[in-house]
Amino acid sequence: MSARVGVVQFPGTNCELDVMRVVDQLGGDAELLFHADATIRGVDAVVVPGGFAHGDYLRAGAIARFSPVMDAVAEHAQAGGPVVGICNGFQVLCEAHLLPGALQKNAGLKFLCQAVDLRVETVTTVLTNQASPGQILRVPINHFEGNYVCDDRTLDALRAEERVVVRYVANPNGSRDGIAGICNEGRNVVGLMPHPERASDELLGSADGLVMVRSLLASVAVPAP
Amino acid sequence: MPRFAATVDITHLPGILDPQGAVIDRALPALGYPNVTQVKVGKSIHLVVDAESEAAARAQVDEMCHRLLANPVIEAFAISVEPA
Repeated sequence: MSARVGVVQFPGTNCELDVMRVVDQLGGDAELLFHADATIRGVDAVVVPGGFAHGDYLRAGAIARFSPVMDAVAEHAQAGGPVVGICNGFQVLCEAHLLPGALQKNAGLKFLCQAVDLRVETVTTVLTNQASPGQILRVPINHFEGNYVCDDRTLDALRAEERVVVRYVANPNGSRDGIAGICNEGRNVVGLMPHPERASDELLGSADGLVMVRSLLASVAVPAP
Repeated sequence: MPRFAATVDITHLPGILDPQGAVIDRALPALGYPNVTQVKVGKSIHLVVDAESEAAARAQVDEMCHRLLANPVIEAFAISVEPA
């Protein structure tokens, strides 16, 4: 029985099919979760993919956070279930207070669309358990608001508890402490700005994102058939 | 029930980037206003609220700011309320 991965679709989401394709490619069973449904239909893991949920009106992720599906996602997260937010999904998880901090506009005030090198800082999360500590992954970023900010106390906690999941090797957007992705205290909720699903085949320039999706699938304890 | 007009002014916290302000700040000297030394662009949200009292309206708008209208990690907000 393969791991069932629910991929949330808000109005304006645009990376859901890419994520689903990679999940299926790696032997998982991807299904779409609609934002207006107050359920995640019993999936094993949830991905909040990239895009412009609800047009990013007010603030990126601010409206999406109140979608009916998000209560079910939060419940799943609180029960220890794997939840990953990619790009706009990371912004949604921050607005939903499932992850601390916020994403502000890039330093340099430019939209960035390029491949970057990420360093894996911890392998005890749902997104990195199949990676090696210090491994460098080449994964694309595609954002205007990816500049991670948080207060000093939050940053101290993230560092002390090794909750910085991936850092940029060369900080492209001004993120505090070079942070590209973080996790919650339970290490089952991860948010990151880079798009692992877009680094899923050498034809795309890199297949380094596969190890992250493979980690997500491995994090699901699937009962034997 | 009395009706109140509430205005919420939302600004970036110090240190948070304000691209619109930065662009206007660069444009004004080019138009002959070199003495402008700072430009900040924020958001202004106007609400009409029916409430028992001005204090009740203000308390409710304050709650809305915390829950939705502003993100305290990156934004500051100021509320003004007056009879509509």
